[in-house]
Amino acid sequence: MTGPRPTGDRLGRLLNLVPYLLARPGILVSEAAADFGVTEKTLREDLELLWVCGLPGYGPGDLIDMALDDTTVTISHDAGIDRPLRLTQDEALALVVALRMLAETPGTGNRDVIERALAKIETAAGDQADAPVEVRLPGNEKRLDEFRAVVERGHALRMTYYTAARDETTERVVDPMRMVMVDGRAYLEAWCRRAEGTRLFRVDRVDAYEELDEPSLPPEEAVPHDVSEGVFRPGPELQLVTLRVGRGSRWITEYYPVEEVTRSGDEWVVTMRVTDLGWAQRLLLGLGPDVTVLGPPELLTRIHDQATAALDQYSTPGR
Amino acid sequence: MLLALPIVSRTRTERLVNLVICLLSTRRFLTAAQIALTVPGYEHDPEDPRDHEAFQRKFERDKAELRELGVPLETGTASVFDQEPGYRIAHREYALPDILLEPDEAAAVGIAARLWQHAGLAAAASSGLAKLRAAGVEVDPQATLGVEPVVTVDPAFGPLAAAARDRRAVTFSYRVPEVDDPATRRLEPWGVVCWRGRWYVVGHDRDRAATRCFRLSRIVGAVKAVGRTDAFVPPENPDLISHVAKWSGPVAHNGRATVIVKPGRGAMLRRWATDAVEGPEGDRLTISYGDAEYLASKIVGYGPDVRVEGPPEVRDAVIQRLKEVVARS
Repeated sequence: MTGPRPTGDRLGRLLNLVPYLLARPGILVSEAAADFGVTEKTLREDLELLWVCGLPGYGPGDLIDMALDDTTVTISHDAGIDRPLRLTQDEALALVVALRMLAETPGTGNRDVIERALAKIETAAGDQADAPVEVRLPGNEKRLDEFRAVVERGHALRMTYYTAARDETTERVVDPMRMVMVDGRAYLEAWCRRAEGTRLFRVDRVDAYEELDEPSLPPEEAVPHDVSEGVFRPGPELQLVTLRVGRGSRWITEYYPVEEVTRSGDEWVVTMRVTDLGWAQRLLLGLGPDVTVLGPPELLTRIHDQATAALDQYSTPGR
Repeated sequence: MLLALPIVSRTRTERLVNLVICLLSTRRFLTAAQIALTVPGYEHDPEDPRDHEAFQRKFERDKAELRELGVPLETGTASVFDQEPGYRIAHREYALPDILLEPDEAAAVGIAARLWQHAGLAAAASSGLAKLRAAGVEVDPQATLGVEPVVTVDPAFGPLAAAARDRRAVTFSYRVPEVDDPATRRLEPWGVVCWRGRWYVVGHDRDRAATRCFRLSRIVGAVKAVGRTDAFVPPENPDLISHVAKWSGPVAHNGRATVIVKPGRGAMLRRWATDAVEGPEGDRLTISYGDAEYLASKIVGYGPDVRVEGPPEVRDAVIQRLKEVVARS
């Protein structure tokens, strides 16, 4: 699953280039270069190389021929490379799986179109597309459809949103930007007028919303998040929490992004960054005795005090 | 012996393009010697052992390069009298079949191709897209679909999908969080499944002699294919998703708990509540639950902001958990 090597890169491009140009007589060299993701200079070098390639005999009627001027190019003899190469296994897999993912994503509008495209790609790829790969994403289809429509209509939104990190439900007005699916969850990315920043809102945590009459106008500084590494990417500015974790709670290292995991006897010492100590308190109290907090001391005290006070409620009659 | 060829091959790429064109244009299998006499760049003296050996190495490298690119290089002999193997490329095997995509379908393929966040498959998706473009498909790079899934896979995905397709057994190291050392597993993979954003492989576990699914993110190191292809027959229409989904199906919420929550606190519990009544001590919430221990773990997190009235299984679970925390700290 590694990318082709540089020679292969260029060879692959050259073999694509002839049929590509054949299908588009008189195309601008600049446009072809943009489609292949190379500079115009590189594309012209490719064309010059093709010009001296051709059928055995390598005479005027055998070589690849083209009309090339300052701006456009037209192939007049293809020397038999009239079609691109078949899709490789990886190419077929990459396209088919991404299309299945897209088809399974609720709210992507016309699912029929995606299914039709998928069927055609599978036919063209032949047995290269036969890998048994199934995709099922959960999601509240109706809710996603509604949100997608809101994003498309371009209206601002007033919504009641639950923030797990602070365990609070707040009302805010946002300027929707786009919908994204990450790890099987749907998010609305929007400019939050309350926080004055771009935020990813989990759709299943929007408790209520109202579409406003005013347009969605994210300011210029509203830049979409890079979600390729997931949604929560803790930075060094967040507080570091150190835990001693037993076997039974080791799952948290798979469920939450953690900084470091080191073996210590029968347990593990785990560090993780948290946005809010209140969140850490709720998580760690809930995990029970299998997890011991090593630091910061503030969190230690807090957990002890909270547990003691909570226990008091059950021992004092009349409360 | 050097042939006076009109063109002298200047680059390896040029030689390879000419090799492809030459082998596509021939119906007869051409031997390496015949190719050397034809394609520019292979000129050498076959009588000189060192020169000849250099040619053979060069030709082997070139064949490997073409195969790596996916060029279907056929081997055979032109007649029964031939000793030397010959080569050719069948156009039918080489060429991408006709594909007619409507503009909206082409847009969907374009969007799908750029969803990949996994470097290897992102490259494969864009080179696949380049071939479709070369076949005359126009792809609008600006098209969007409203909701864009982030498509990502674990490194084990490619080898497992290939092994499932080829029906080859695999071995891999598998580490579950609760166990220290990864264990070697031997699996006949039936297929790869994405369920709720996570990837799994489903198949027949040779050691456990049973159907098992494995989470791809827990596979450590490389997946090794072992033995021959078509080594097993997967069940007919294996419902792969159901094997994964049965471990994480919905839980019935038959229990009803009553809790008192201080004003303005316990937002998550309030979201779960089916009923809320204001009272002197706080709000009295009714929460439906499936697993008392799970609900208790969430309630404990709120410390003194939440008190359980009942039922006893939830109340006792909360008290037990709190006692353990206090005793330890």
